[in-house]
Formats: sequence, C-alpha cells, structure tokens
Amino acid sequence: MSDEKKTIKLEITRFDPDIDEVPKTEEYEVPTEPGWKVLDAVNYVKDNLDPSLSHRWSCRMAVCGSCGMMVNGEPKLTCKTSLDEYGDAIKVEPLANFPVVRDLVVEIDGFMDKFKSVKPWIIRAKERAEDMENLNERGTYSQSPDELSAFKQFSMCINCLLCYSACPVVANEPEFIGPAAIALGHRYNTDSRDEGAAERNEVFRGEGTVFSCSFANECSEVCPKNVDPASAVNQAKLGAVVDWAKGLILPRGGA
Amino acid sequence: MVQVSRHDIVIVGGGGAGLRAAIAAAEANPKASIALVSKVYPMRSHTVSAEGGAAAVARDDDNFELHGFDTVKGSDFLGDQNVIEYFVEQAPKELALLENWGCPWSRNEDGTVSTRAFGGMTIKRTWFATDKVGFHMLHSLFQQSMRYENIVRYDEFFVTKLLTEDGACKGVAALEIRTGDYHAILGRAVILATGGAGKVFPFTTNGAIKTGDGMALAYREGVGLKDMEFVQYHPTGLPGTGILITEASRGEGGYLRNKDGDRFLVDYDYGVGKKAELGPRDMISRAIIQEFEAGRGIDDEHGLHAALDLTHLGEAHIMAKLPFVRELARTYVGVDPVHEHIPIRPVVHYMMGGVDTNIRAETDMPGLYAAGEVACGSINGANRLGSNSLTECLVFGNSAGVHSLDYASGADEGNEASLRGQAEEEAARVDSLRGSKRGDEKIADLRVEMNRVMEEGCGVYREQETMKIAEKEMHEIRKRASCLHLQDSSKVFNTELVAALELMNMVEVAETLAVSAAHRKESRGAHTCRDFPHRDDQTYLYHTLAYRTDDGPRLDRKEVALGHWEPQERKY
Repeated sequence: MSDEKKTIKLEITRFDPDIDEVPKTEEYEVPTEPGWKVLDAVNYVKDNLDPSLSHRWSCRMAVCGSCGMMVNGEPKLTCKTSLDEYGDAIKVEPLANFPVVRDLVVEIDGFMDKFKSVKPWIIRAKERAEDMENLNERGTYSQSPDELSAFKQFSMCINCLLCYSACPVVANEPEFIGPAAIALGHRYNTDSRDEGAAERNEVFRGEGTVFSCSFANECSEVCPKNVDPASAVNQAKLGAVVDWAKGLILPRGGA
Repeated sequence: MVQVSRHDIVIVGGGGAGLRAAIAAAEANPKASIALVSKVYPMRSHTVSAEGGAAAVARDDDNFELHGFDTVKGSDFLGDQNVIEYFVEQAPKELALLENWGCPWSRNEDGTVSTRAFGGMTIKRTWFATDKVGFHMLHSLFQQSMRYENIVRYDEFFVTKLLTEDGACKGVAALEIRTGDYHAILGRAVILATGGAGKVFPFTTNGAIKTGDGMALAYREGVGLKDMEFVQYHPTGLPGTGILITEASRGEGGYLRNKDGDRFLVDYDYGVGKKAELGPRDMISRAIIQEFEAGRGIDDEHGLHAALDLTHLGEAHIMAKLPFVRELARTYVGVDPVHEHIPIRPVVHYMMGGVDTNIRAETDMPGLYAAGEVACGSINGANRLGSNSLTECLVFGNSAGVHSLDYASGADEGNEASLRGQAEEEAARVDSLRGSKRGDEKIADLRVEMNRVMEEGCGVYREQETMKIAEKEMHEIRKRASCLHLQDSSKVFNTELVAALELMNMVEVAETLAVSAAHRKESRGAHTCRDFPHRDDQTYLYHTLAYRTDDGPRLDRKEVALGHWEPQERKY
C-alpha cells in the first residue's frame, strides 16, 4: 500500500428530495492518509466538510454490507476499496439500479421482498419435533465436510447489492429477482439438510427469475466476497429444469 | 403527527439477541404480534463482525461444570453463578438449534460439528463456521426469522425513548429515519437488544452503530447500568482501524511475538508451553502493554504493535480455518499471514457491563427486558471469555423472548392517549434538534474529545488520578452535548440528526463508565489499577450499579450471586 499523503478531489452525488428536483454533484477537497479506503474519504467529508451528507456504513471490515456505492462508475464496497486504486479525482454515486432515498442512500425494500421470495430457510418435510430420528445425540443433523462445501460459497453473500447494480437484466427489468436472491435460494437447495428444493424451484420457474438471466456474468465480477452468483444462477436453472422434467415424467411431483 | 401501532412485544435491535428473541416469541405464540425495530437492516447488525466462535459443551470430555467454572474464573469471580449455570446448560441446545436452522458450522469427517480451542476455555468447546461465525449466525437467524409472519420489522427506525406508564414499560418512540416521521410502537413488553457501546472509545473493533443506545434508553428511565467499569480489550486488533483479528488465530495455534521475535506470553503466568497464547483476553492485553513499556514493542509504519505469527500453520490450514483473517490482513494492513506476521495491538472490543438484568433477562422496570451485549446478567463479570458472547445472545435472547411474552399475556396495554402523548413530546424534542443551532459544539469534534478522555482515563491500565480526570471531563462533555450545532434540517434520511442522538447516548454511557471505574479501588478482570494492583474481595466483591441523576451517575451496589465455586486466586 502507498505511504503517500495526498489530497484528492472527491465528487459526490447529492440529492435531497425535499429540496432538489434532480441529483447534483458536489466537489470536495479531501486530504487523505496512507492506507485509506474510499469510505474513509467519504467519512472525512461527513465529519469535516459537510455534515448533511447521507450515506450508510458500519463495520468498515467488509462484512456488514452497508457501504456499497458506485466509485468511478463501478459498484464497490467502499470500505474495501483502496484510494490507491484511483488517481486524484474520484466520483462517488449511489448504487445504480436502485431508487435513491437521499445522497448515497438507496432504497432496498424491493430487494428485501425478492430475498424473502426464495424461502431462505431450511425446509424439512417434518417439523423438528417429528424429525428427531434424523438428529444425533447433540441435536444436530449430520453433514460431512464435502456436503458443507457444496453450498458454503453461496452462503457467503453479505447482501451488499453490488451485483444488482452491475446486472444488465436488473437495469432493464427491475422485477428480476436478481443474483443475490437466486444465489441464496440455491444455497438452501444445495444444503444437504434441506428438503425444500421443489418449492424453491417452483419459484425459480416463475417469471423474472433464473430464466431471465442473460449470462452477462457481471454479478460475479463485482462480488467482493467471491460468492459467484452467476454460477449459482446457472446451477439453479439446471435444477429448476430437471425438477420440471421430473414433473413431466412423474405427474404430481414425483414418487 | 405520531403514528401509532400496537404489538404484543417490541424488540429493539435486530442482531443476534434481538432476532433470537423474536423467533422465540414467534414460536411460543404464533398469534402474538412481535415488532422488531432496528436502526439498521438486521443483517447489518454488529453480530455480523464476530469471528471466532460460540461456546457450548459438545464433546464427551466436557461438561457443564467445566464450562461453568471456566466462565466463573474468567469473570474473576464477579459473574453470577446461578446465571452462569443456566447459561452453560442452555448453550448446547441453542447452538444445535442454529444448526437445524442452517448455520454452516464447520464439520468433522464423521459429520458432527467441530469445536476449537479458545482463550480461558480448558476444553475445545467453541463451535465455529471457519472464522465468520457472527456473520453466519446472524444471517441464519435473519433468514429463519422471515418464516414467521407474526414478526413485523421496522427497519431503519431509531428508538429514542421508552414509553412508560406507572413505572412499567409499554412501548417505544421511534424516528423513521427515511421519512423523519415519528412512531409510537406500543407493546405490553419491550426487549432491549441493541448491543454495546465500543464507539465511546477511539480504537475499537466495534462498528459505527455500536453507540450504547439501549443502555442510554434504560438509564434515562431510571434503570441501573451494572458493572460499567469493565471494558474488554481484545489483544489482537489491527493498528489504525482496530479491525478484529480473531482469537481463533491463537486457538488454531498462532503465536504472539515481540520485537525480538520471542513468544513473550510464555514468560507470563497464565498458560505454559503450547497453551501460552490461550490465556484470557484481559491478561494477554496487559502482557502486550507490558512488552510495549519494556521497549519490546515493534514500532514502524503501523505504529507501536506486537506481531501475530501464523506462518508456521501453513497456507492450507489458514485457508481452511482462518480465511477471513487472511482477507482482512491483506486488505487492511497489506500483509499476507501465510508469509508474514500480522501487526496487532489491544483494542476495545466488548462491554461486560450493561443494563442490570437477572436470570430471566428482566430489568428492574416491569415489562422491560434486555439481552446480549446491552445487558449485564451477569455471566461475564469482570472479564468475558471469548466465544461466550455469541452464545449469550442466543440463550438470553431466547429467555427474553419467552419471558417477555409470558409477562405480556398478563399485562395491560396501557392508556393509548397517554402513551401517544409521550411519543408526541419526544417527536417535538427531536424535531427541535433537527438542524438546530443551540450552541457551537460540533458532533465530530465532541466525539473525538469523548474518545480521547475515555482512552486516557479508562484504558487497559488505569490510575485513580486519570480516572478522576475522565469522570470530571465526561461530566462536562455530557453537558456540552446538549449544545450541538447542526446543519442538516432535512427530514429525509438525516444522518446528522441520528449521529447527534447517538452522541447523546454515548456521553451518558461514557460518564457511567468513568464514574464506576474511579470508584473501584482494586484490580479485577479487565479493570486494572496501577495504584491498586490486587483484587480485594473483602471490599469489592459486588456489582456496581449506576443510576442517572442530572448531576451525574449515583452509584449503588448489588450482591454477586455466589455458588459452589469459591473465589480463589485467578491463575492460569
């Protein structure tokens, strides 16, 4: 990392729906410290230059998923993105493909609904009380390290929503449930403890889900946690088709 | 105009404890309406940052007696033994439940859940999901919570006041951050699950949201804050940012080294040979400071620090067990732990103190409950053992959910007009703060000053004189926090207003911390006084309670619940 202290020009999109008809851009001179991330520069503005700037952040260690923003046109987790990656001028905007609440804060209600629509929880045929024969003496299901690694990657999503900002399908078709939600549904479908794949595959076969994906792969390229949602979408497509084909051969959903 | 909504119980905070409470209540009574109110979306809660693991007996060579005694000893005998017994007994089923709900616990070849070693734990009983345990627990809980239609979420609502009637809690007043509107969210019981207050210190593992909100809410209504002087410094935070490097790095076999390359912990008194690095956090943090004072710290572009050495573990082991540590070290200090030492120094991590609660997660105010870091039950006493706090969120989250619902079924809902009136007054107070210029104090400057005072007065090592200074300065800073100069008068997502309210919460909490610390003239657990270097059970084997007055906290005391573990010298 660079040891250099330099002053950068930070351009930030500002928008307050109470005052502004359209978003505007404000410029700030920010004296930076070595090792700073983009978020540090945005926080400098908030603390020292303009306390009315609104943005979300918390953990500053790339795990709470709050601080996604467009940095020079690309969706980035700003607490993980070093200023060294850029020159002396950086443009920060709210995440693309979401309605803007104010400044750098976007509305994610739609995402929360999509997220829930894939039934992101373990589904078992029997209630826990009747499922005791499948639990060991410690009360847990058996799962081998291989079974764990089959879905582990897809459980790493921090819901930062960079993939929705990068996705060309979301841009054209806001109802598309999108990469993170599909990856999450697929995460449960591939969990050896889960018995709910048929229910989720029905969701996946609906409109605006896996078959809307155009293989752009942008989601996986911007993912800060290497979840690889594009591969989840591809696998989910296959699962949904196989399930559907089974349904044709064996009406009433199989044996 | 205040909007009124009514539920059976209202939970403030959507992290590990709040979500667990919500699910417990939702399952106990599918007809009950449960409000889950959080200033952030639940998956942003700070539980997400916990790394190393969650403790519960899981092996044949372990039992409740051992987990109980480790916890009591770790607490330097200030933990309440009846509460600790309940905690260790409930712990395994809570972690198993998380497993049933999808938490990707790391596994043994035979399909059972793996456990790892942790500081102060004499048996491997820390369950883990690589080194992102808090993240996986939080997301498993949040996703599971979506099953229950009777959990009603209020995301990005900031609670600023508890609503009370005849001394009982009947709901909360909350600012809807997105719109600036005020809400009276009524319930016959309220659970605080807002986490700790690490942000009163400058150098902390805690996220920006950890501002002591629930502690301040309860304190303002006359509920006591217990054992606030006990602040946990985690031995291994990254210099500069304070980002946590998990204790699991030592549990998995990592070494701490000084500038001479020595494993200096071997020379201290708590753990020999391979276990030297597995001492409890308070002791290891002190050892690092002693190394610094003896001139054996490392001083370079990262500032004064010690070194965490994982290089002998090998890349495969690091990637299997500590991949997040590698990612954090590379991203935030530019070091790859496979080949290089990670610079670390002690960093504020956890508040042992909090809202005074009992074994049922009840506070002294009827209808008010608290669970997780905001609460002080107390299982942690003067020093928490690593990996007990995630489990604590589950055990006492569950307890608070079940007990509050039980209480609510027999409690009346209160006079709606009166409760609405309280919320309207609160809305007017907060409205008048928005964009107001009551003085010339700046939020950021006052926060920096509070941080400086707390670090100077209430650090790893403390002295009477410096604690007294902190007490006096915090008193002034609290007064000054009512003279803020705010510039943002927008109603929409006004984060300056939220930051002002958070600062007002932090100064209350920080003052109780300084005052409680100055009064305890002994060294116990994380509270280490240079001028009183020994534990004094004759005089100080009690919990400190701080009650709010306008002139500053009034202190009282509460007996420690002792049991069959007799206080003894704490040696490892």
